[in-house]
Amino acid sequence: MTTALRISGLQKTYANGFTALKGIDLAVQEGDFFALLGPNGAGKSTTIGILSSLVTKSAGKVEVFGHDLDADLIGVKRCLGVVPQEFNFNQFEKAFDILVTQAGYYGIPAKEAAQRAEKYLKQLGLWDKRDVPTRMLSGGMKRRLMIARALIHEPRLLILDEPTAGVDIELRRSMWTFLTELNQQGVTIILTTHYLEEAEQLCRNIAIIDHGQIAEHTSMRELLKKLHVETFVLDIAQELTSLPTLNGYQASLLDAHSVEVQVEKEQGMTALFTQLAEQGIEVLSLRNKTNRLEELFVSLVEKNLQENRA
Amino acid sequence: MSLELRAAAVALQTIVVKEVRRFMRIWPQTLLPPAITMALYFVIFGNLIGSRIGEMGGFDYMQYIVPGLIMMSVITNSYSNVVSSFFSTKFQRSIEELMVAPVSAHVILVGFVVGGVLRGLAVGFIVTLLSLFFTKLSVHHLGLTALVVLLTATVFALGGFINAVYARSFDDISIIPTFVLTPLTYLGGVFYSIDLLPEFWQNVSLINPILHMVNAFRFGILGVSDISIGIALGMMLLAVVLLYGFAWRLLVTGTGMRQ
Repeated sequence: MTTALRISGLQKTYANGFTALKGIDLAVQEGDFFALLGPNGAGKSTTIGILSSLVTKSAGKVEVFGHDLDADLIGVKRCLGVVPQEFNFNQFEKAFDILVTQAGYYGIPAKEAAQRAEKYLKQLGLWDKRDVPTRMLSGGMKRRLMIARALIHEPRLLILDEPTAGVDIELRRSMWTFLTELNQQGVTIILTTHYLEEAEQLCRNIAIIDHGQIAEHTSMRELLKKLHVETFVLDIAQELTSLPTLNGYQASLLDAHSVEVQVEKEQGMTALFTQLAEQGIEVLSLRNKTNRLEELFVSLVEKNLQENRA
Repeated sequence: MSLELRAAAVALQTIVVKEVRRFMRIWPQTLLPPAITMALYFVIFGNLIGSRIGEMGGFDYMQYIVPGLIMMSVITNSYSNVVSSFFSTKFQRSIEELMVAPVSAHVILVGFVVGGVLRGLAVGFIVTLLSLFFTKLSVHHLGLTALVVLLTATVFALGGFINAVYARSFDDISIIPTFVLTPLTYLGGVFYSIDLLPEFWQNVSLINPILHMVNAFRFGILGVSDISIGIALGMMLLAVVLLYGFAWRLLVTGTGMRQ
């Protein structure tokens, strides 16, 4: 399988002396939906800045579909579409003009550029707003416009830096659907996000970056396997006056209809339900108390922090 | 034409069209003010005061100042178009649209400079048309006139670009036009022949590059000049080459744009 992105020994020290990246290694395969996670200031945006040639690297090597960033920058740029975190288009221009102009920068003739602009504005639900100056668009519309702009030259690798930040739930879900379809069509996607649920739902592979270093680089499945204990909240049909007997499980009564139970990975849940059924307790529903990925993320970042201190 | 060259041509055309569309869209800020200002110059300096001054360089005063005023418009507008457009692009971060795209530094630079030159020429044309309401103009050397105006507009468009690269605030894009370009233009023989000055100040005036540009242009139209046309053309060509090289270098290194 072709490697869409290969980063080796990437370092960045800014003019003020701050080292944002301390030599990271990363590989993303073609067709992957990849999550790049990390707390604020971890080095995610610096990495994306280097890939999109907005930030100059201090050391290391970057290849996009085999094109070396130093030797063949034009080749890298042709393969890459970037959706930045901040709005970076002319707020006085119309959405349609922004897309046609961007296509022109990639050498796409005006007629074809107009056709592509129409296609992507329609796909992202912005066609009705094509002639509206972009400063009049809502935050969600502006984000979708940046996605349309990044796709106008039909890149093989799309990088999105927190694309759903500040977007309402309904719109976020529709963007997930759009990105999933895009990935199914063969576009490799790298996503940074603060919504860990988003990464868990969309991405197959993941890297966690912290303090300019890769703390974890694995598949989502492997990462989630590392989670030993999960906390579930059970909604009970009957009114409970005391905690049911649940041998082998740590549990607590939250209220008359809710029981919180900690389940270790090797325990499973069959025994839990059997014990409740034996006591005549009917479970209406259950839910994860915390986001699984979030728990892992916090533990990995804390571990990294302790190692750094040591 | 190779694919790469065709892509570069499309990118260049895109930047130029965008630039022209910008100054046409905001014509009350870009095209109208110089027309009004120059009309006032024609009325006040040409008609009212000029009639009392009499001849200068063998021409009536209005005819004498028209080439200088056209050049003043070309200089100011080609400079301010590029400085404001490129700085706004940086300020709004839409420069990133260009930086992530496979557009070479040459294409970016030529695109913005052509935009500035076209605005300079558009305003120069408007001012020339206006001047015909006040005096008769017959062009002495058409080719030379066109070459001088083109070179002058290019020099100042490049200057505007360099200013925009270093500018960090809107104040920074008005300092050079206000404190450098305007005084140099007023002292650059727009309103008078340097023959009127004492010898010391004549020699000092020769350091002013705008004096050479204005006089070369005036020679193209009227056939009279205070300076050598060959030196003026050589100086302008050298300025274009040096400023282009410097501006290109700034773009390649990402000065003021890339961290």
